[in-house]
Parts: sequence; C-alpha cells; structure tokens
Amino acid sequence: MRVRAQIGKVLNLDKCIGCHTCSVTCKNVWTSREGMEYAWFNNVETKPGIGYPKDWENQDRWRGGWQRTGRGDRAGIRPRIGGKWRVLANVFANPDLPEIDDYYEPFNFDYQRLHNAPESKAQPTAKPYSAITGKPMDKIEWGPNWEEILGGEFEKRSQDYNFQNVQKEIYGQFENTFMMYLPRLCEHCLNPTCVASCPSGAIYKREEDGIVLIDQDKCRGWRMCISGCPYKKIYYNWQSGKSEKCTFCYPRIEAGQPTVCSETCVGRIRYLGVMLYDADAIEEAASTASEQDLYEAQLRVFLDPNDPEVIAQARRDGVPDSWLEAAKVSPVYRMAMEWKVAFPLHPEYRTLPMVWYVPPLSPISAAADAGHVGLDGLIPDVESLRIPLTYLANMLTAGDERPVASALRRMLAMRLYRRRQTVDGVTDRELLEQVGLSEAAMEEMYQVMAIANYEDRFVIPTNHRELSTDDPWGERSGCGFSFGDGCHTQGVTRPNLFGAKNPRKRAFPNREDLLARARKVS
Amino acid sequence: MSFLNNLLFGYYPYIAGTVFLLGSIVRFDMSQYTWKTNSSQLFDSSRRFRIGNILFHVGIILLFFGHLVGLLMPHWMYPWFGLTPGSKQVMAMTAGGIFGTLALVGGWILIQRRLTNERVRANSSRMDTFIILLLYVQLVLGMLTIPVSATHLDGGTMLELADWAQHIVTFRPGAAEYIADVSLVFKLHLFLGLTTFLVFPFTRLVHIWSAPVWYLGRSYQLVRQRQG
Repeated sequence: MRVRAQIGKVLNLDKCIGCHTCSVTCKNVWTSREGMEYAWFNNVETKPGIGYPKDWENQDRWRGGWQRTGRGDRAGIRPRIGGKWRVLANVFANPDLPEIDDYYEPFNFDYQRLHNAPESKAQPTAKPYSAITGKPMDKIEWGPNWEEILGGEFEKRSQDYNFQNVQKEIYGQFENTFMMYLPRLCEHCLNPTCVASCPSGAIYKREEDGIVLIDQDKCRGWRMCISGCPYKKIYYNWQSGKSEKCTFCYPRIEAGQPTVCSETCVGRIRYLGVMLYDADAIEEAASTASEQDLYEAQLRVFLDPNDPEVIAQARRDGVPDSWLEAAKVSPVYRMAMEWKVAFPLHPEYRTLPMVWYVPPLSPISAAADAGHVGLDGLIPDVESLRIPLTYLANMLTAGDERPVASALRRMLAMRLYRRRQTVDGVTDRELLEQVGLSEAAMEEMYQVMAIANYEDRFVIPTNHRELSTDDPWGERSGCGFSFGDGCHTQGVTRPNLFGAKNPRKRAFPNREDLLARARKVS
Repeated sequence: MSFLNNLLFGYYPYIAGTVFLLGSIVRFDMSQYTWKTNSSQLFDSSRRFRIGNILFHVGIILLFFGHLVGLLMPHWMYPWFGLTPGSKQVMAMTAGGIFGTLALVGGWILIQRRLTNERVRANSSRMDTFIILLLYVQLVLGMLTIPVSATHLDGGTMLELADWAQHIVTFRPGAAEYIADVSLVFKLHLFLGLTTFLVFPFTRLVHIWSAPVWYLGRSYQLVRQRQG
C-alpha cells in the first residue's frame, strides 16, 4: 500500500440548472487568449446530444482512453491509440486528431458595427468574424453547448453514445423526450491516458494533490495527448503550439480555495474534498477484465480515512496531517464511498477519473402520471423516471444499472423522508430501511446534498507550499503564474529573435475592410 | 573566385555551425516555451495533408541520415561494405532519388496547403513559409545533382564532396579546395544546406532536436513529487 491524496470532485447533476456560469467564469480566467478561444476547460452540454467536440464519447472514432489487451497472465492495458511504437509512428500526422471544426471555428462578434454603421433601411447586425482568419463567417456551425436544451433535430442528437441498448426512437417524441445537463472538465484521472500518450513526457500528475498538469516548457506539440484523452479535455493552443488543459485552478487549490467553476456555481452542485487512494492498486484496478466491474474496482482503490492502518501508512508516505483530517470529512468520500450516490464518468475508458457525478432525478413519466405510478416499496419506481436508467448507466457505470438505481432510490428516499418529517412530522424509519441508510447518514446526506453549505461542499486543506521549496524567501516577488516565457507574458508569446509569431499581425475585426464598406455605403 | 569559394565553403560552414549550435542552446535555455513542432494539423487534418506530411518527414529523415553516413564515412571503410566509390555513388543516387521523390511529393502538398489553406496561411509566420520554401528549393537542387552525377559515374566527385565534409568536421585546413571544381549545382546545394543550419535555431526546425525517442523507454505514468 502506498497512500497518496488527491482533491477529488463531485458534481450533483440533480441540481445543475445549465446556467453556464462555471464555463464563463472558467473561460474568463483561463482561456480568453488567442489560440484558446475555442477551448473550454469547463463546458456544459445538454444530453442527449453528441457534445463538444462532436461525438467525443465515441471511442471507436476518437480512440481515447485505454484498451485491455492479452489474456490471462499476460493481460494488460495500453492506450487505445496504440502502443509506444504506434504513437511515435503517428507523430507526423496523428490519424485520431479532431479538427477545429469538430470543436467550432472561434469567432468574435463585431459589436462596434452597431455603433458606427451608417444610416440604412435595415438594422445593422454584429457579424461574426473568425478568430483564426479574421474573415467574416457566414454561419456558426457548432459550439461548446450547441445542443443546448435539446437544440437541433433528434436524429442527430440521438447519435449520442449513451443510447446504446436503448430503444431510442420514442425519446424523439415530444411527450417522451428527456434532457439533463452534463458539465464537463478534466477528470484528473488516477490512470490518465494523456500522460501515457505524451511522447515528450510533459504531462504529469502531482503527487501531493493529484492535479494533472502540462509542463508548458516541455510540451513540444506532438498532439498525441489530445487523442489519448477520452474526454477530449486537452486542447491544442494554435497560437502557442502547445497543449493546454484544465489546471484544476491549482493556485487556488494550493491556497485552500475551491476552483473557479466550483466557487461560482450558483446551483451549488460542486463538491471538493480529499480522497486517499492506494497508488499501488491503480494498475490492477484499471486492468479489470469486465468493463462493468471498473466502477467497483475504482472504489477499492480508495482508502478509508478513518482506518488507523491507512492513517499510519499515509503519514509514512508523507501525507500532511491537515490532509488526513480533511479526508475524514470529505464530501467527495461521503458521496462516492459512504452513500454511493456519485459515479465516475465513463469508467469503461479505464482512466479511473476523479470528477464524479450524482445522477439526476427526473419527473415521473407521462404514463405513470396517468394514474399508474409504479411504486417500489414506499418510493416511486426508478423505472418510471423520465430519463431512462440505461442511459444514465451507460454514462456512469458502463451500463450496470444496479448502482445507479440504488443511488436514485436513495435520493428519492431523501426527498420523501424530509417531506414526511416536515409535513407529517414523523421520522419514517421504514423508508430508511428500504434504502439501507441510518438516520444519521440520511440527515447528513440532506445537509450535504440538499442544503449544501459552502463549508460542507468545499473541504480543501492548504497545500503546504513550505514543503515544496527549501527557499521560499528566494521566490518572493517572482512572477508567479506565467506561460513559461518570462514574467512579461499575457498568454501571447511576443515576437522575438527565435521567430514566434507576431500576434498583432492579424487585427480583429478587419478594420480596413469594414471602413471601406462603410465608405461605400455612405 | 577562390576567395569566394573559400569564404562560402571554408569559413561559412563554421559560421553556420556555430550559429546552429549556439543558437539552439540559447533558445532552449532562454525560450523553451517557443520550442515546438508548431503543428497546424488542428486546422487541416485531411487525408491529403496526412499523406503529404508523412512522405515529407520520412523522405527528409532518410535523406538526412543518407547524407550523414555517405559524407562522413571515411573512404577506407568502403570495402568493408563491399563498395567501390563508383558503386557507392550509384547507390547514393538511387537511394537519394527515391527518398528525394518522397520528400518532393510530400513537400509539394505541404507548400500548397501552407499557401492556399486560409486557416493555415493566416496562422503561419513568415519564417514558417520561408523554411518550407527553403527546404523545397534545397530538395529540388539535390534532385538536380542526380542527372549531373550520371555523367560521371566513377565516384570522383562524390569523394571530393566527402573529403570536403570530413575536413570541415575535423577542422582540417584546405577543405574548400576539394570542391573548387565541382559543378555549380553541387555548390548551390551545399550553400543552401549550410544556410539551413544557419537559420535552424530561428525556425520551427528546432523540434528535430526533440525527437521523442525517449518515450519508448519510459513508464506510462509520470508523477512529479514536490520539489524539495
């Protein structure tokens, strides 16, 4: 056993309202630079839909994640894009790389036009201009939330990978349709394929908090990580020629603050907490034979923060005491391990992701509404929920419906339990028994998941930077966060002797063109 | 004329070589953030591009090693491989012709893409366009040496060129004299080759230094510990 700690995350999809505040605040902080306009470290997709980049969940197409190879004793896993030789053979032209149009062509609206357009019969419009070429665009074709609230025809959205083994046709009908939001960010996996597929060795996992980062100095732009990541959460910065990814807001995490997306989440759906895990158990868990066993296998990698043996070993492995204390009250541990209401996103990719999801409840479907609500003991039957159980299971447990059904049952029970308490004034023990929770656990679950106070959602010990450098004095008045090219940078590499591109060469919007047009009209 | 010959093929190699090495070291040390392949595959990953890029890279790499071995292998080693200067020349012409054709076809696709693909073009620095054109002209010159070589198959010119290269890299004087009388096309090819070394640190070519062969030997997962 080798104990390591990671700040894990849970997103309670039951409460996500799809407001995109997380995406926007994240963008403003991290990716509002040239070359990264198209990249969203955090984006919110409406499901069912094929998402951003298009069809990202379909690994037959993009070949992200890991693949189990061999049999018996010789069984193991290797990245789906191929072993090391194949990765190297493909560095010249990566056959599994999404193109910019699979994300979308980044654009800026020419709002100035609304101010300076000459008098005309028609209202002036703010045209989109490509951020790449600077030329006007006829049509915006895709985006990070293109299928927002079931936008677009069902025919296309139904290509959603999670519809496997679902008779999906009826969900195209207005009466039977369903939707949910899926906010997505880097999973900071225990077994990341991006790290494994980086030929330069520029991507690494931090031992002290599990955050996966790209060393911007060491990245050479071989682009294999983009294919390796099954969540397509590594983006190629076309201005700098380097890959970039969600940093889990590590400067904030180090200071004990939640990530920007979590801090600003108005629905209070995001939770951050310490998870202790056994680093020696990762490989075996990721190599589990059956895809449906991967969820359970990952649970076994996590360690009980109250187990004295674990605590002793963690101390020997250098996990600070403040982290061990935080682990005991980690909301992530509670939801994932104690109440079993949170699940990894697509465990079948074998990356052992560390951003987990609480499946959403949904309205009782029309048929049940008409008088025959199926009851499962005291709570409504989860089969009668509008979102098909198989769909959620395909997303969260590689198709195994039992754990997801159990989580939904517990969440339904929590509502009913509180309703009985506040309306009828009784504590319904039968209900507790049915879903296998103690009264204390139910109360706690209600506090953490329904009330969701700030201090219950975010239990983040500071990073003990004093352990990271032997000369903090020497780092005073340093430039802190930079893009690796000195302290001056604003995220755009300045032109220098060594031929970096002049970012000012391509002005937006194309002023001369616009002025000429304006003159012509007037 | 002998002054110019000596300047271009006696001194210029050292100037180019110094800038090549020193420039690379300085850039790596001071500006590693700019050390990259500068791939534009995100903008255009068409089949045509992928084929062109592979042909170009494979062709160039094989040509590079062909030149490296062919020019620097001491003459007395030829018999070890059963070669005479004449047969070695024919081999070099054949291999160079095949690899050069690969690179020419691939390079043409790449140049066309760089100049005509709107997105790629908008995101190209002047240096990006310059270096692909430079390499292409160099390829064409290299291919043009083949018909010239075909007029004298005794390997004599090849030995002169090898002597020049070996004298340059071993710092022996009088290197330029060996190639004073070779055909102009060889001289142009040499000059442009040296110029490629000269501009190397200021272009995207620096990614060649970082060919990720170490990847084969490392473990899949990398965990960084706190710096202590």
